[in-house]
Amino acid sequence: MNRIKALAGAISLALSASFVQAGEVEVLHYMTSSGEAAAVNVLKQELEKEGHTWKDFAVAGGGGETAMTVLKSRAVSGNPPAAAQIKGLDIQEWGEMGFLTNLDKVAAAGHWDNLLPPVVSNIMKYEDHYVAVPVNVHRVNWLWANPAVFKQAGVEVPTTWNDFFTAAEALKAKGIIPLAHGGQPWQDATLFEAVALGVGGSEFYRKAFVEHDAATLGGDTMVKVLETFKKTRDYIDADAPGRDWNIATSMVINGKAAMQIMGDWAKGEFTAAGKKAGVDYVCVAAPDTASGFTFNIDSFVMFDLFDQGSDSSVKAQADLARLIMEPTFQTAFNLNKGSIPVRQDIDRAPFDSCATSSMDSFKASADSNNLVPSFAHGMATTSRVQGAIFDVVTNFYNSKDQSAKAAADKLARAVKASI
Amino acid sequence: MNHSHSTLSRSPASSGSTKTSARQGGLSGWLAAQLPKLVMAPTFVIIFVCIYGYIGWTFLLSLTGSRILPVWKFVGFQQYEKLFENERWMVSLQNLVIFAVLFIALCLLIGMVLAILLDQKIRGEGFIRSIYLYPMAISFIVTGTAWKWLLNPSLGLEKLMHDWGFESFTFDWLVNPDMVVYTLVIAAVWQSSGFVMALFIAGLRGVDDEMIKAARLDGASLPTIYRRIVLPSLKPVFFSCVVILAHIAIKSFDLVAALTGGGPGYASDLPANFMYAHAFTRGQMGLGAASAMVMLGGVLAILIPYLYSELRGKRHG
Amino acid sequence: MVEAPMTPVRQLARYGLYAVLALVAFIYLMPLWVMIITSLKDTEEIRTGNLLALPGSFNFDAWVAAWSSACTGGTCEGISTYFFNSFQIVIPAVLVSTLLGAVNGYVLSFWRFRGSELMFGLLLVGCFIPLQVMLLPMARSLAFFGLANTTTGLVIVHVIVGSGFTTMFFRNFYIGLPQELIKAARLDGAGFFFIFRRIVLPLSTPIIVVTLIWQFTQIWNDFLLGVVFSGAETQPVTVALNNLVNTSFGGKQYNVDMAAALIAALPTLFVYVLAGKYFVRGLTAGAVKG
Repeated sequence: MNRIKALAGAISLALSASFVQAGEVEVLHYMTSSGEAAAVNVLKQELEKEGHTWKDFAVAGGGGETAMTVLKSRAVSGNPPAAAQIKGLDIQEWGEMGFLTNLDKVAAAGHWDNLLPPVVSNIMKYEDHYVAVPVNVHRVNWLWANPAVFKQAGVEVPTTWNDFFTAAEALKAKGIIPLAHGGQPWQDATLFEAVALGVGGSEFYRKAFVEHDAATLGGDTMVKVLETFKKTRDYIDADAPGRDWNIATSMVINGKAAMQIMGDWAKGEFTAAGKKAGVDYVCVAAPDTASGFTFNIDSFVMFDLFDQGSDSSVKAQADLARLIMEPTFQTAFNLNKGSIPVRQDIDRAPFDSCATSSMDSFKASADSNNLVPSFAHGMATTSRVQGAIFDVVTNFYNSKDQSAKAAADKLARAVKASI
Repeated sequence: MNHSHSTLSRSPASSGSTKTSARQGGLSGWLAAQLPKLVMAPTFVIIFVCIYGYIGWTFLLSLTGSRILPVWKFVGFQQYEKLFENERWMVSLQNLVIFAVLFIALCLLIGMVLAILLDQKIRGEGFIRSIYLYPMAISFIVTGTAWKWLLNPSLGLEKLMHDWGFESFTFDWLVNPDMVVYTLVIAAVWQSSGFVMALFIAGLRGVDDEMIKAARLDGASLPTIYRRIVLPSLKPVFFSCVVILAHIAIKSFDLVAALTGGGPGYASDLPANFMYAHAFTRGQMGLGAASAMVMLGGVLAILIPYLYSELRGKRHG
Repeated sequence: MVEAPMTPVRQLARYGLYAVLALVAFIYLMPLWVMIITSLKDTEEIRTGNLLALPGSFNFDAWVAAWSSACTGGTCEGISTYFFNSFQIVIPAVLVSTLLGAVNGYVLSFWRFRGSELMFGLLLVGCFIPLQVMLLPMARSLAFFGLANTTTGLVIVHVIVGSGFTTMFFRNFYIGLPQELIKAARLDGAGFFFIFRRIVLPLSTPIIVVTLIWQFTQIWNDFLLGVVFSGAETQPVTVALNNLVNTSFGGKQYNVDMAAALIAALPTLFVYVLAGKYFVRGLTAGAVKG
């Protein structure tokens, strides 16, 4: 049955390709920084080559917060764009509301099931049907370090949390800020999830942040995680609150700070500053997470155009979905953004050492069951639960007197209240 | 002086229009009499639908378990219970009280002082006034980054003072959870105090010169004249200011978004930001709607006394 | 207005007065100053230099980039087209809401009817509704009329949001006009619109100026309504500015950000500085009297 469907899809696709219909796709996205915009333009050109029109609807700001507001009002008015940048578990919520279109035909024709690891394709599906297309895989649990500064302090780049604190102490003594950090809730959470994976391990991580097991959330391991997390507070500077992550990265670049724990998008900053991976900066897994991989996947969701979608615009939408998965775009986009392609069959030659090491550990961690979704970036939980965790984590990190035990209790309660 | 006019204004409305319609008679006469109402009708319909209809819609929404989009499954007052158990909401309410009180008080104080100072026949008054007034012209989307830098200890004022040799000077409110709400007050006062000043200047220019001359002849000193004659006559201006400022305070949203992002932690969150975050970015639309209704309640608590005194004042005028 | 003879002490007080005014002016100008000088520095100087210091060399590259080549999403053509989009939204919205306010204010002060005071009250309450509450139902209403994500739709939204304020301004101004004028005209048989056009409007210049300035500033600076209700090709300049400034990753160019922000703020600054005199004059003429 499925095979027949797939075949039918392939035929209809082949037929329609020979008989060009020009359509328009409106794309709502928040990829507005210069590197991302360049990558989006590759996609736009590819689409225009097929004879379609790309209608750009870019809304920047805070990881797509404003874009989501726009999207919601467009959805409420029955006028959603053809494609929108939505990621993680929020795809499920939109699917539940009945807004998304079925991409199974395109997926079958493009053999997505063979190209995508199940952990990725599961996120792209709602009730077993493809509704979204992934553009990249970010590794979040990276530690970026400035080796010159480490040499100056006479310590090695840490690979465990114990080493981290020893090194941090030595760096601090030299008047260097050990950890560059920006005190915004999502950055606090990014650091926190790296600690959680390192201290607690992937089993603990999944129980707490994917399954939301109350006993784990409020348990002893969590208290230990929170304590370690809070201890890093002693090694960041006092001016961290509110700082953008890229400013924190530039502190590592110019040697004011030694390390930053941040996803691979930080690489773009190093590249922009003319720094070389392995020479001017090094990328290693966050302490104690060498075998783990916290992933963050950007994706485009295709909306059901209902009656307002003409055949040509439905065709254009399907073509867009196909093009996103194609090697041209996957390579161009990920070279620009620092992440790795979702497909496993892409030529590695153009990628740098950080990216290829990310590709290796993506595969290795998937095999060893240490591949975990990033909750700080909406991969593990819906935005509701994520928000609740953010509140507790950021409040704990910034409070002067809250105990780790109290924070763990709060965490368990807040997650329960938001489910 | 308003009051005397408004009493007069009642008579033409009632007696005048009947007279006209009686004279003309027929359909055109009726039309002429109804014209004012007809002219107001579109506005009335729009306001009724778009303001009150939407408030009703939001209230209904607050009774549902809506997540990313409105879903009409009612859950009673559960969202309100959740809201008042939410620590962040309580922090944002507390912040609003601190923020609103300080913001209104400082704007009034600074606005009034500047107005009085500028009212002393200053050379270049227009120029100086423009400087005080310009912040009102720009939004925090524009000035947010500049403010962030100025208040940032390692970039702005603190660094400047250190560079000038005042090593012990500290100004770290932006990164201090206990003090961060006061940085919101600083930026907000900067933006609105000039506007208050303009309103007060306008009020001062309207004060009766004769009374001041008479007081001067009686030997009253300048401060006494201000305290006894000028300030009391500014009462209506004062009241308008409070209402306008209160509305700015409760709607403050850009300010937090641009300056602190609600941080450190959520120490500088305000209700409007709480509502927006939950309704639009966190997929808790029901909870967001509940917080909007509580905010509206707050607005009405300020507005109804104002309107009451306004309308009652007219009646006795 | 309040004068006293000049004595040495008074002379000294006078200098003190100017000193205070200058100091306050300095403080008020600081954010603008930071923005202007940052827009004239190059990226390296911003990273290393003092926030308040003058740039080593003035260059207007950032301004040029912001106007015509900075990336605001998929396109890299600066904010110029958005700048003109804003005018297309702001001009009709300001004119319509001001006119509506004038007519409403005229009715509410000279042609009162039973319940007109109540209507005014209801209208006033409308000014205080947080905009965020209105987004979704408004989106639905606009879609109902087929106006979702069009400039017309956005203009209508601005008119609805603004007409409460404009009505309040005009009503409070008209209440201060001598009612005898209108009364006499009515006895002479002058009609509703005749009185409005020939008698009331000519007296309204100060309040029209105040309302125009207020509405222009409000609508020009609006971001939330603009981003939600505009179409993809008709976004106002604040949305473009946000896209330009709020990059989620990679190479922040603060000089371009600042230049773009200043360009976006120019029209309102211009209006305030140029018409500021009339603004205060208009307020003096009665706009603020409750």
